[in-house]
Amino acid sequence: MRLLDYHIVANKLRTTQIQNIKTETSTVKTFTFKDELCAKAKPGQFLMLWVPGVDEIPLSILDVQKDGTVAVAVKRVGEATGALHNKQTGEIIGIRGPFGNGFTMKKGKVLIVAGGTGVFPLLFLSRKIKPKTARLIFIIGAKTREDLFFLDEIERLCGRENVVASTEDGSYGIKCLASESLELLLCKERFDVIYTCGPELMMRKVLDSAEKYGTALEASLERLMRCAIGLCGSCVVGKYRVCRDGPVFNGQQLIEVRAEFGKSKRDFDGRKIPF
Amino acid sequence: MKSNRLTLNLAGLKLANPTMLASGILGYSAETLEGIVAGGAGAVVTKSVGLKPRAGYANPTVVQVECGLINAMGLPNPGIDEFVKEIRQAKKVLNVPLVVSVYGFSEEEYAAVSKKAADAGADALELNVSCPHVKETGSEIGQKPETLSKVIKKVKAAIDKPVFVKLSPNVTSIADIAETAAKAGADALTAINTVKAMAIDPETSMPILGNKLGGLSGSAIKPIAARCVYDIYERVKVPIIGCGGIANWRDAIEFFLAGASAVQIGTAIATKGSSVFRAVSRGIDAYLKRKGFKNVGEIVGLSHRC
Repeated sequence: MRLLDYHIVANKLRTTQIQNIKTETSTVKTFTFKDELCAKAKPGQFLMLWVPGVDEIPLSILDVQKDGTVAVAVKRVGEATGALHNKQTGEIIGIRGPFGNGFTMKKGKVLIVAGGTGVFPLLFLSRKIKPKTARLIFIIGAKTREDLFFLDEIERLCGRENVVASTEDGSYGIKCLASESLELLLCKERFDVIYTCGPELMMRKVLDSAEKYGTALEASLERLMRCAIGLCGSCVVGKYRVCRDGPVFNGQQLIEVRAEFGKSKRDFDGRKIPF
Repeated sequence: MKSNRLTLNLAGLKLANPTMLASGILGYSAETLEGIVAGGAGAVVTKSVGLKPRAGYANPTVVQVECGLINAMGLPNPGIDEFVKEIRQAKKVLNVPLVVSVYGFSEEEYAAVSKKAADAGADALELNVSCPHVKETGSEIGQKPETLSKVIKKVKAAIDKPVFVKLSPNVTSIADIAETAAKAGADALTAINTVKAMAIDPETSMPILGNKLGGLSGSAIKPIAARCVYDIYERVKVPIIGCGGIANWRDAIEFFLAGASAVQIGTAIATKGSSVFRAVSRGIDAYLKRKGFKNVGEIVGLSHRC
């Protein structure tokens, strides 16, 4: 028993080879690798990916297979993601996880609101939840057409008529924000639950709409992550640790932390910085 | 939990029970400290704060090894001028003593940060002279008796709150250092900070931590910490706060018997959650009752009689 006192099985770093790299767009690549623990992950959980000698970053899980294969989609945004994009099949990465709670699987009429890279965990969720739902509408928004990641796959999965795509520049779909598509839909039709992930300003608007129409909500948050096991405090939002108590929070929890949610996040030095 | 058996006066601080949150764990914000107190902590120690904001090291900053964690966070903190807001807020919402952990790159910095923390309401200061992975502060101060002495005297002159000094195990004789600290005016000694350590990945041949070197915490260091407390108790009279690998009441009792008046818990929160404090307190209380002791103070240093 003693040995278990500090042992979180999922937290042990494992090294694994990159099995496959698929270029999705000019900024996004999907990496697959074998990892038995993360292959058991639920939608909404995340892992910590070590790019040896560079950094370790939190990534939401895009897909898992029974044979132990795990997929993550990564947008090139900085040093660590850039170094990962430059890697070749067969190169070694480190994995910890899966961490966090994941989405709860609700039945009935389901509405998904994805913004930008927030689509990654929601695509995973859609694959798992689709057979259980009475109706599944997928709202996807981005700045421009190229950033509507995995749109084809989402349309195949949900049916084209159930996908509402929008871009801020009007290069594809409706020219509006995903949160505006949501509002238009909610004023016409009642849903049992909304799942959302994306820019926090968008999710804040989604919370406002969910409150207004009395719809249950689950949102996946992103914060600076270090330990990923609830010790270091880097990812705290109000009283919650995003790594351990989240990353998925329900509407009630988000209302509790509304002073911070969509308003500010903590920087590397722990200072709150506005979005 | 409330029990007369658990109360103590720690260098002037009144604690309802002898379990404290160790520095570096959560402790950025009043809200997270509130959660720790809700879990039963008798006092809390904040993350170490310095004069200026610090971003800390690149990840990986924490790596799990057998029986513990190695961390090299690199003292990330918002700087004391920002942190005083959290201290003031914490004082409003916490009903237990608030200890602010302080580091500096010079004796003047230690004193300046301590002064600001004390003015904002800190009930006591804990000087971090033992962080093993940041140059020119932490253990680089605490390993040099003369420098350590100057730092403590400077801080003591600047404030009139109790000053705890957290010691490094990465020294030839921790009892010698403890004696130096006590002579310089330390009101209590916390033993120990993490043990300097590293982990290397066989596949890539790379040190895993971003900083390569870090400090080991968790049950792996418990026997080391118990020995340090035992050694210090033989040499100094000031209260000792035991820290290192404490996860249950038996561990805590071991530290009291070695000479600690209180214990700090950190790493165990990862697996046991913040309620670990209440569980440890209950266990201590039951032990004291079973053995016929009226207060935890009666067993401090008891193993030295054997």
